[in-house]
Amino acid sequence: MNPSFTDEERQFQQQAREFLTAEFPADIRHKVEQRIPLEKDDYVRWQKILFRKGWVAPNWPVEYGGTGWTAVQKYIFAEEMARIGAPEPVAFGVKMVGPVIFTYGNEEQKQRFLPDILESNVWWCQGYSEPNAGSDLASLKTTAVRDGDHYIVNGTKTWNTLGQHADWIFCLVRTDSRVKKQEGISFLLIDMKTPGIRLSPIYLIDGTPEVNEVHFDNVRVPVANRIGEENQGWTYAKVLLTHERTNIAGVPRSKVRLEKLCALAARTPDGQGGVLLDEPVFRNRLAEAQIQCLALEYAELRALAAVSVGKAPGPESSILKIVGSELAQSIDTLYMEMAALQSLPYVPEQFAVDFGGEVIGQDAAAATALTYFNNRKASIYGGSNEIQKNIICKAVLGL
Amino acid sequence: MDFSFSEEQQMLQESVQKFVQRHYSFEARRAIVASEAGYSPQHWDLFAELGWLMVPFREEDGGFGARATDLMVLMEAFGHAMVVEPFIPTAVLGGGLIAALGSAAQKDAMLGKIMEGSVQIAAGLYEEGSRFNLTNVQTRVQSRGEDYVLDGSKILVLNGSNADQLLVSARTAGEPCDAEGISLFLIDANSAGVHRYGYPTVDGHRAAQIRLDGVKVPASALLGPVGGCLPALEQAVDRAALCLSAEAVGAMDALLQKTVEYSKTRKQFGAPLSAFQALQHRMANMFIECQLARSIVLMAAMKLDSDIGAAEKAKAVSAAKSRVGRAIRLVGQEAVQLHGGIGITDELDVGHLFKRITAIETLFGNTDFHTRRFASL
Repeated sequence: MNPSFTDEERQFQQQAREFLTAEFPADIRHKVEQRIPLEKDDYVRWQKILFRKGWVAPNWPVEYGGTGWTAVQKYIFAEEMARIGAPEPVAFGVKMVGPVIFTYGNEEQKQRFLPDILESNVWWCQGYSEPNAGSDLASLKTTAVRDGDHYIVNGTKTWNTLGQHADWIFCLVRTDSRVKKQEGISFLLIDMKTPGIRLSPIYLIDGTPEVNEVHFDNVRVPVANRIGEENQGWTYAKVLLTHERTNIAGVPRSKVRLEKLCALAARTPDGQGGVLLDEPVFRNRLAEAQIQCLALEYAELRALAAVSVGKAPGPESSILKIVGSELAQSIDTLYMEMAALQSLPYVPEQFAVDFGGEVIGQDAAAATALTYFNNRKASIYGGSNEIQKNIICKAVLGL
Repeated sequence: MDFSFSEEQQMLQESVQKFVQRHYSFEARRAIVASEAGYSPQHWDLFAELGWLMVPFREEDGGFGARATDLMVLMEAFGHAMVVEPFIPTAVLGGGLIAALGSAAQKDAMLGKIMEGSVQIAAGLYEEGSRFNLTNVQTRVQSRGEDYVLDGSKILVLNGSNADQLLVSARTAGEPCDAEGISLFLIDANSAGVHRYGYPTVDGHRAAQIRLDGVKVPASALLGPVGGCLPALEQAVDRAALCLSAEAVGAMDALLQKTVEYSKTRKQFGAPLSAFQALQHRMANMFIECQLARSIVLMAAMKLDSDIGAAEKAKAVSAAKSRVGRAIRLVGQEAVQLHGGIGITDELDVGHLFKRITAIETLFGNTDFHTRRFASL
């Protein structure tokens, strides 16, 4: 047993830190720190920097442009990224569709799609959930009917994140409705410019149009854009989920947020002449969150260690998803409570770079309630925490 | 023992419910929230016409009796529909302070206008570093001849941008956090040196940050005894906190009702969500929280209407605000979680109810603050 990093790992940590300090653009960092929403160009510009360093896709095999890092190195890198506030590459390309393409796609598809994902030339989005297929995803009803060399796709996808920026969408579609629901699903790649696709934004309670509904009205998709076999899409989608598991617990980000919270609470007045960090109830809850973060970190390290000796990631990732999302949400709550009354103003325009008016509240206080509202999604998306518990019951406890 | 509503309370409840049904659909509310003022002056006139603006005032002041139980009935019905009209800032807090502390002349000048709906009031009581501590007042006062000059800054002044009159706490003696030395001033919101930065709050209400920059006011602007306003201030804020707690009871009830309904219609895995026992139990927990919140608010309202001492009343309100705050976290989060993604969309009322009760948890002292205050009293 050895819980500490090796010398090589520490060296790598140093190298990663130096790279990020030097290369993460100051203007994007400013936006992240000031909670100014990032634009498409910010993501793309940053991902291209990572690409040039060869570090955009740690979870890809080396032959397709991956880093060849060990699980521990990936962990270190994620932690350094969180520390500096650098956004991870948009998940839909690098983490989601990329692995499906290099695992199940044919040669032509690999050559056609993978380089543009690595270079951030093409923005991908996801077409999984439907208005009536959420937790029960396999009951999806968007149809793809064969017509010569094409499929004709009809239906509606929802909770499509940042599709307004996307060039392509990967979709689960029904190609056979006579068989068991999991067995009639195919995996299609669809160009968003194809006639018949319409996006309607869904505004969330924090006021942002972060997600969309995507409507498909007789959309013609070449059969050549199907990944793997017809009706095998569910299998591919499940494999994709194991790749999504990298860093699913969000430990690095939670750790950094807790450190910042401590620093902020140490200079936030408690209203009685002292500071909030010394207020026993708040301090206690903050400590509980830190303890939970430590437990989760070691749960994740154990899982990583298992993967690094060749075991496939198992249902323990459900633990990481549940505990990680709930920890993040409890940190959201602590931030909101720290900000107290100043969590309540809704003044999104004051975060704009060129805002010249009277700023309401302190930087640290602003938008904490909005973050709390928005991040209730964390226990809903990616397989809701209820679904994760079902997985634990079935796959681990044998219930 | 009798917990049933009086005939008058039933009528009050029915009249609010009727108003809400007729005028306060979720879509109608959305339009009001998006309007310039952020509330409906027409509705405000109707509140006056229906006598609701008299509810916070004693009969000798021309009011309806100033019973906390009546306010509870009214606010709970408001909570169901997320009414955004500034009833608490103007009628409960502002009006309550003037009724409690005002001279005969001040009461004559203001109370009638409040009840007929022709004046809006906002109370600036919190400052950047004060958190929820009403004694932590750094706004300074200097005497200049017959006049006073005020300098300071107030945060999250509810209804601050729409108010005609501002009530501000200021320190005429002592150090921040001293109980003595706090005075109240009733000033024209458009006085020279008053800078108001209005904004919407995350729950669709309106507030303002207010800077007082050498604001010169006559001695007649003083409300209540110089340096001795804290007791009345605490009582008025407690009333507002109780009103908010009652509003939360109504809003949580709506959330529970909507969640139960949704669970019966939303089908996944071939069955309605309501068929899954794990989810049934979570709705049972929401119900328990709603009932406890309702119970403790009733307790506090009845105590405020009794003739027990001030400390005991304060303790009852802190108990209610603290316990309701705990219920708010569970009911709000579970309502959203059980709805899934749709629960955090702007389109559905559930997310808006969630935001409103979350704001209520913070306003006039959050759960931690009131738990601590309960223990200290």
